[in-house]
Formats: sequence, structure tokens, C-alpha cells
Amino acid sequence: MATRLAVFGGVYSNHVALHAVFDDIAGRGADLAWCVGDLGGFGPHPDRSAGMLRASGLPMLRGNYDDAIGHERDDCACGYSDPRDLAFAQRSYDYTVARTSAEHKRWMRGLPEQLRLEIGGRRVLLCHGSPRRVNEFLWESACSDTFLEWLCDAHAADLIVCGHSGLPWSRSLPSGRQVVNVGAIGRPANDGRIAAWYAEITVNGSVDVELRAVDYDAEPLALEMEAEQLPAEFVETIRTGWWTTCLENLPAKERMRGRH
Amino acid sequence: MSLLQSPSAAPAYPAQPLAHLDALWIQVAGTLCNLSCGHCFVSSGPGNHRHALMSRAEVAARVAEALSLGVREFYFTGGEPFLHPELTAILADTLAHGPCTVLTNGTLLTERVVAALAGLSAASRYSLEIRVSLDGDRAAEHDAVRGHGSFERALAGLSLLASAGLLPILTVTERDDRATGVLRESYLALLRSAGVTRPRLKVLPLFRLGRETGRSRGYDAAETLADLPAVAFDPARLQCGTCRAVSSRGVFVCPLLVDEPGGRMGARLDQALGPFTLSHGACHTCYVTGMTCANG
Repeated sequence: MATRLAVFGGVYSNHVALHAVFDDIAGRGADLAWCVGDLGGFGPHPDRSAGMLRASGLPMLRGNYDDAIGHERDDCACGYSDPRDLAFAQRSYDYTVARTSAEHKRWMRGLPEQLRLEIGGRRVLLCHGSPRRVNEFLWESACSDTFLEWLCDAHAADLIVCGHSGLPWSRSLPSGRQVVNVGAIGRPANDGRIAAWYAEITVNGSVDVELRAVDYDAEPLALEMEAEQLPAEFVETIRTGWWTTCLENLPAKERMRGRH
Repeated sequence: MSLLQSPSAAPAYPAQPLAHLDALWIQVAGTLCNLSCGHCFVSSGPGNHRHALMSRAEVAARVAEALSLGVREFYFTGGEPFLHPELTAILADTLAHGPCTVLTNGTLLTERVVAALAGLSAASRYSLEIRVSLDGDRAAEHDAVRGHGSFERALAGLSLLASAGLLPILTVTERDDRATGVLRESYLALLRSAGVTRPRLKVLPLFRLGRETGRSRGYDAAETLADLPAVAFDPARLQCGTCRAVSSRGVFVCPLLVDEPGGRMGARLDQALGPFTLSHGACHTCYVTGMTCANG
């Protein structure tokens, strides 16, 4: 019997995109759904997304952002070194940590970092960045097959599902195992399209992955971001679909596809 | 198990385990270079064959060894990699297996070479990164370290790479006389003026190795990890926890110590997977700065 999983992450306080993705998942009739973390940052009013996610009852992992907000750490631990990226990340983090309720922080602290399932005889590992580090970026063009095979071996998984980097991709490995990065729903995929990305994974003997782009009207969010005096560069990304900040970690191939 | 090795009276250094081989550094051009930079940490230069060029077959064998260990990415260095007559063929071979980065002084990048690189980049599903080194945002500064005319040629190389859409990464070394923020801004402005519209920059600390020891000084006694308490040692800070380097002379702990006593760990990669004793002054630089030679 086929099992259909919906996995998303990187909400980044974009409650408008979260709403659109909830609708899409419900319309598709997924059997199971998860969020692989990073609820806050970037967007406005972080408690709105946190409230929606908690009300949905969907299980969620603790991303590096949720860990930082939950523990009120000094920064988001995204690992930037470029001063411009660091300044934007800090501004966003300070805004988010100040506007997340104590109750949501307590909830975030208690979330698991990883989750293991067995579906159709396959060992499924859900994680945030990578199985070995919560804030590791797994970019498509920067991961050899052999490295991904090693991750599967080292972490006893046939299907690894992760997020964190914000760009969706999926790879079938020579061994038949699979790695899926679900991308992000809160920030467009740096391709000029205003869409929220997530992964629909159907396990039915084989593993079929559909990376879904859910189009939504981002203008209400952009207006909220402006009202909250969030950086104009962030608002531009929401309105245009192109990343304007936090570009330093992108490998050449992913960076080439963008505009900035 | 203690991370400290403690013979009774001698200083005890932390031992760095290899968590996983993420990066394989391939000193494809050995110590052969068209420049003789005043701070070169492996003292490369014209006619220097102390580490020989690696043949295409030799590189392929090292790549195969690393792939069997689950390597993530490859870095090509020297010397000057573009002095290697088979570099583009070697890159084509390796890009079939994983992401590649080439570290160059940028002075040998012709339109033909850059077109070949653009072709390789487009044909691979993995990223090809080209990193070009500068040592000043003005010709006089840079040429004082790297030789007359090298600034203009490197800048021309960067422009060619940018024109081909290759998004080169500029690599520079920190300096005592200018704050890092000011240094970054000056290089970013230089790149934009050279037509690099989407500049990428990596800033590295200075290593007191190779020819630099004659230009300024070597490491002094205080620049050491000796007797660092095991509880204070964080093995995640060091790139030698995730890399090894190969040259024609064997396998080394990292790209910085390929020409230093104690840096060699064996003839084959599978002989070089054990812990490394962090007794070199350069280990202190890596540890206190948290730097990595890798792109990320």
C-alpha cells in the first residue's frame, strides 16, 4: 500500500505561505505530514506561524532557529561569516526572539532534533540540516553521491529528508537510497517565482519524490513586513522571488541560478 | 579516552580525530608555480619540483581512494594548478564524481582556459569553484608580495571568469595594518570596478610557514596548543577533522602542512585516517581563528 508523506520546513514566520501549504497538503490527501524545523526568522509576527503549526497538531523537529529562539541564545547559529549577512541575520533574529511568546519558546525547546520512521521496510530519517549537524547546509551541487551514501550508511537510513538550506532538491543514489531536501516554504527558491516549496514523498515499493511549488499571494506578507520595519531587502525577496541576502554560503551552481 | 597524549615531561598536545573525510586536497601542481610569493606557505616557485606535478592517473587513483571513503568534495592546488598541462582533463574526470574547487593566482587564465572551465561547469551537476588570490587592492601592494605585473594579470583573470559567469571567489589574507571590515570593503569595491558584479570573498588568516618565515617570522613559543586541557579542546573547530591533502609525496594532514615536518601521515589515504597531534604553530592559528581552507 502506498504511503504519501508531506514534509516541509523553513517557515521563516511566513504564515501566508504556511496557510497555502496546509491547504495544498490537505487537498493532496497526504497520510502523514511533518515540519523539519526553522519556524521563525525573516518574516513578521513569529507567533502567528508558531500558533498555526501547534494548532495543526503536526509533528515538528527543532531546527537551529527553533533551538536558538527556544533557548534565547545570542544568535541563530546559521554560521554566516560575511558581515552583511551576519547583520541581516542578527536583525531578523533579534526581532524574532523579542516577539516569540514564552510558551512557544518552551514548546520549541522540547522538540526533537531528529525523527526516525520505518515505512514499507525503508528506514526514514527526518532531520533539519543534515543527520550529523543541525545547521549543516546540504546543497545539491556541493554533495557528491559518495558523501550522501556515506551519510545514509553512517546514520542507518534509506531515505534522508532534510531542510535548512532553503533550496529544494532530491537525489536517487546508486544504491537505491534517497536524499530529499524539502526546501523552504517561507522564502522563495531564488528563482523569481513567488512560491512555497515542500516535498511530497510516496513510498510504494519505490520512493517517488515530487517537489511541489505552491504559488501564493505574497503581497499581504510584504505589507506586514514593511509595517514591522523589517529589512527592505527581505521584502524584496518576498515580492520578487530572488534572494538578496544570506547568499555567501551558496555554491557556484546555486548562486548562478539567482539574480544577486 | 583522553584527547591529550602525555609523555611525562614533554608538552602534551591535543590529538585531532578525523570525523569524516569531507574534503580531499590535491596538490596537483606540486610546488611548481610561475610566481614566487613572499608569503607562500609551501615556498612554491618556478623550477621548484620538491613536490612533483601529479599525473592524471595519479590524481584519478587518489580520487578513487577518497570516493571509497565517502568524500564530499575536491580541492585542487599547488603551486599553480594552471601550470599543469592536463588540468582541464583532470577536472573533467573529477567533476564526474563530486564538486571541485581550483585555487589559483589567476595570472594564467586566458580566454581559452576560461571557456574550457565554463564548459566543464555547465556540463557537471556539481559546482566548479575558482578561487583567485590577491594580496592587496592596489598593484603596488600586491606586486610587492607576488611580483611585478601579477596584480593586473590576476585582475584580468578575475574579469574573464566573471564574464564567463563563473562567479569566482576572491581569496585574501588578513593584515595587521587594516581592520578586516575595511579590508573586505576595499576588495569588494575593487572587484566591482573590475567587472565582477557579484563578488564573493574569502578572508584567511596569515600562516607563518614556508617563505613567510623569512619575510616576517616563524611561529614563536607562545603560538602553541601545548597543554591545552582536554576539557577545553573542541575538535569541531579544526579542518583537519574533516580533510586530508595529497601530493606526489604522500598523504598529509591538511593543505597547510604538506611541506612541514610531521605533516605527512602515510602513503595511502587509508593509512592517514588516525588522529593527528596538533603540535605545529599553524595548528594554533587554525584553532584560535576557527578558519578553514575550504569554501564554506
